[in-house]
Amino acid sequence: MKWVDRLNPVMPFFAAMLYSIPMLTSIDIVSASVALAIWLLLFFCAGIGPRTIVRRTWPLLVAAPVSGISMLLYAKPGGETYFTWWLINITDNSIELSSAIVVRVLAIGIPTLVALVGVDPTRLADALAQVVRLPSRFVLGALAGTRLFSVLADDWRSLSGARRARGLGDHGVARRWFTMAFALLVAAIRRGSLLATAMEARAFGAGDRTWARPSTVSWRDWTVVVLALGVAAFAIGVAVATGTYRLVGSQ
Amino acid sequence: MPFTYRKALVMTEKSARSLRWRVIDIVVASVLGVAVGLLFVFWNFAGYAWFSAMDAFTPGFGGIAVGVWLIGGVLGGLIIRKPGAALYVETLAATVSMLLGSQWAVETIFSGLVQGLGAELIFLLFFYRRFGVVIAMLAGIGSAIAAWTIELFLSANIEMGVGFLAIYLIALVISGALLAGLLGWLLTRALAATGALNRFAAGREVRGVS
Amino acid sequence: MTGARIVAEGWGWRHASRRSPALRGVDFTIEAGERVLLLGPSGAGKSTLLAAMAGVLGGADEGDESGRITVDGTPASELRGRASLVLQDPQANTILSRIGDDVAFGCENLRIPREEIWRRVDSALGAVGLQYPLGRSTTQLSGGERQRLALAGVLAMQPGLLLLDEPTANLDPDGITEVRETVDRTVATTGTTLIVVEHRVDAWYDVIDRIIVLEPGGGVLADGAKETVIAQHGDALAARGVWIPGHPISLDRAPNPGDVLLQASEVAVGFGDTVVQQGVDLSVRAGESLVVTGENGAGKTTFVRALAGLTPPMTGSVTAERGFAPTRSPHPYRWRSRDLLTRIGTVFQQPEHQFVSASVREELAVGPRVAKLRNADAVVDRLLESLRLTHLAEAHPFTLSGGEQRRLSVATVLATAPKVLVLDEPTFGQDRTTWRELALMIAEHVESGGAAVSVTHDEQFIRLLGDARLHLTKRVPHGGMLR
Ligand SMILES: Nc1ncnc2c1ncn2[C@@H]1O[C@H](COP(=O)(O)OP(=O)(O)OP(=O)(O)O)[C@@H](O)[C@H]1O
Ligand SMILES: Nc1ncnc2c1ncn2[C@@H]1O[C@H](COP(=O)(O)OP(=O)(O)OP(=O)(O)O)[C@@H](O)[C@H]1O
Ligand SMILES: [Mg+2]
Ligand SMILES: [Mg+2]
Repeated sequence: MKWVDRLNPVMPFFAAMLYSIPMLTSIDIVSASVALAIWLLLFFCAGIGPRTIVRRTWPLLVAAPVSGISMLLYAKPGGETYFTWWLINITDNSIELSSAIVVRVLAIGIPTLVALVGVDPTRLADALAQVVRLPSRFVLGALAGTRLFSVLADDWRSLSGARRARGLGDHGVARRWFTMAFALLVAAIRRGSLLATAMEARAFGAGDRTWARPSTVSWRDWTVVVLALGVAAFAIGVAVATGTYRLVGSQ
Repeated sequence: MPFTYRKALVMTEKSARSLRWRVIDIVVASVLGVAVGLLFVFWNFAGYAWFSAMDAFTPGFGGIAVGVWLIGGVLGGLIIRKPGAALYVETLAATVSMLLGSQWAVETIFSGLVQGLGAELIFLLFFYRRFGVVIAMLAGIGSAIAAWTIELFLSANIEMGVGFLAIYLIALVISGALLAGLLGWLLTRALAATGALNRFAAGREVRGVS
Repeated sequence: MTGARIVAEGWGWRHASRRSPALRGVDFTIEAGERVLLLGPSGAGKSTLLAAMAGVLGGADEGDESGRITVDGTPASELRGRASLVLQDPQANTILSRIGDDVAFGCENLRIPREEIWRRVDSALGAVGLQYPLGRSTTQLSGGERQRLALAGVLAMQPGLLLLDEPTANLDPDGITEVRETVDRTVATTGTTLIVVEHRVDAWYDVIDRIIVLEPGGGVLADGAKETVIAQHGDALAARGVWIPGHPISLDRAPNPGDVLLQASEVAVGFGDTVVQQGVDLSVRAGESLVVTGENGAGKTTFVRALAGLTPPMTGSVTAERGFAPTRSPHPYRWRSRDLLTRIGTVFQQPEHQFVSASVREELAVGPRVAKLRNADAVVDRLLESLRLTHLAEAHPFTLSGGEQRRLSVATVLATAPKVLVLDEPTFGQDRTTWRELALMIAEHVESGGAAVSVTHDEQFIRLLGDARLHLTKRVPHGGMLR
């Protein structure tokens, strides 16, 4: 866990993209299973326990099993047919595809979420500007804009306090949530406008700037990128070797 | 309102049609992106449950729920009115949704990019000059078609039967037009009415002078 | 770096959403290194003028400009980085999420080398007396602490033109002295041109050498060396709402404390499980005006929110007396919000937090409507009139000037005539006329049997309306269980 958090935050992003693109070319259970197994092993070696993995990926774990359903029912028929009704065709092909898709969702999702969930926005912004060299106006504008949501809890408190003080706090739960959500959005936009002025009032937007917090890329980060590419290459290699590689849309 | 002031107002609106992003455009677009991202996180549960349930019983009708995931592009385009705004807001929203742990992981970003591009193309087609309800719905549809296309690969939908894909496309287009386009337009009007968009052309069109 | 020279020639500005200009025909020349106090009644356009000098007023789509303002010969809007401005709203000045990063932000924009930035950050934070670690979150700051942070952010930039918009409005008396001395020192060593907006002339009198007074909707009313302006125009200015030393306000009142309405006993308040204040006892009596004082971050705001029934206390209790409570529950935070409306009215420290409507008139009508008061329209009109907001009735609350917002927020609460008024810094940023108006309203409310609890740093307010006083001292916040 320490190890992952010490990485430059954009490199896992980069690695995740490089890794997921080859993985997305194939829909077969072999490449997906191999990759998933390697990642779990690597995480274990890096000291990232099941608790951390589950905490960062639980929406994925909940959603993955259902992601195969529509594929199971409506994929193009092929091989033996087990059930058919209107557009529904459960066949060898659809069973193969749907199981492959479930494992692939996990194989792509688990490593990327473990690496990316909960990155510190400030460090990410520093890296996007200094390492990727995205325009600083956009990066910092986005960073400052996103900060308004770290004060969401405080805003919620003061807004609900204000509505209560103004006699508007007696509505039912649903209506209150809805009005509060809208009020929060309005408050955030309004504060965003003020914030833009405050930023310009401190010389923002003129062009080049320096960075108080350095963001650098070390061998560690490159290791991650190479590793991610390596896992993808190996998993696909195994699939090709065993003849299970199946280019998406090729059949 | 005296004639001269109305004239002055119209003139300011005209001369101000610069397509360069101001700092306020960037910050507010970011705020929108994060807000929509939070909406996505909510919809990743509510909408996805609906999506999966519909898909389990009917082919392609799950697409009806998808519009909400496309609203970022429409909102960005309608409110900010600058080239790239639709793309930026939708992509940022997708990124936020992923960083908070969406089930599609890094694929969320790819989807967001392409969906945003779909809406962006519509605004571009009208030279960033028209932002009415029709354009909003067209942008929603553009985004929906883009979503359908990218899912051919991301969800391997290309392996699906033709019947499913056709129904899915129709459901997506309807959802994009209503849940993204119309809803996005209504939300923009509602925001403008609160005065929060006073520093944007989108807000000044709705509110007068006092 | 030397100071900047500013020239305004027939300058004026009309906000795009307003019919008439906020300022017009403003002419002056400010030489490099001058120290100017900018005065004028609330709504005169002081903040607008500062924004123009900082070049952040926005482009042609945000308003109509006439004439010009130049800084060192260049139009202000084309020059970024020569001037730096602390906005009036302390909340708006916070940009990044950690204290250190926030102060460093301006320096980064000026392309200052990294080591130098952190050196400046340290000294700026020290200079404004904000002794928190650099990594502390900027969301967890009180109103006054936030103002200090904003000031640190611009001081670290060492700009050629320092623009401060009511930089001490939320500070405790020690803080004011501290901040003023810091500004004085910085300006003296760097030769920066300084322009301060502040209603209280006496607070900045020793630091500045020139006074410019703005006329609402017009140009410059008076301009000159501070002694001359005060001597020649003192009375006239005081009559127009400017605070001038030697023109104190007096109120004719005889406090007559009656029954206890609200009783706080052994109250502890805080955030999460961090205790900010504990063991606070207080009786709020009818016919008495009570003030709550204490340094920035002492927990005044947090405490009065609990007192007003907006949040439950962590421990201890706030109870209402039998005749005063609406239902069987004596605890205000259990009341329905509609019941609260006519019993305890709260004015928040940050006015914009409590606006819920799109125009000033609607804003005032919200309370009376919910409370189902008769002749609500008349009440609204009367309040608009007495707080001089009539000409802004259709304006959006968020576009008001700082002082106008403050007035509106007080008026919204007065509209439902609650028995107990809880006011968190009701008079900050007010010109003399409005101050007097507000003080009179509070006095009247108390006279007629109501109670007022006001958080304040304002000595004059304490003198005139402090029938009783609760002083809170800052304690080092700690987590964990209470006893
Ligand atoms: N964004 C805005 N849109 C429309 N009108 C505005 C806006 N900001 C200020 N105004 C109006 O312009 C006038 C001048 O406002 P400004 O904030 O400059 O006053 P001020 O002198 O700073 O007052 P205060 O002492 O109350 O802060 C006011 O009438 C105000 O309502
Ligand atoms: N949201 C928050 N979470 C945690 N701590 C907070 C939060 N808001 C404020 N604090 C801290 O609680 C303490 C009390 O804050 P409070 O706003 O009550 O002070 P105050 O007495 O009103 O000060 P001021 O005169 O500056 O307004 C401060 O030390 C502040 O840093
Ligand atoms: Mg002001
Ligand atoms: Mg306070």
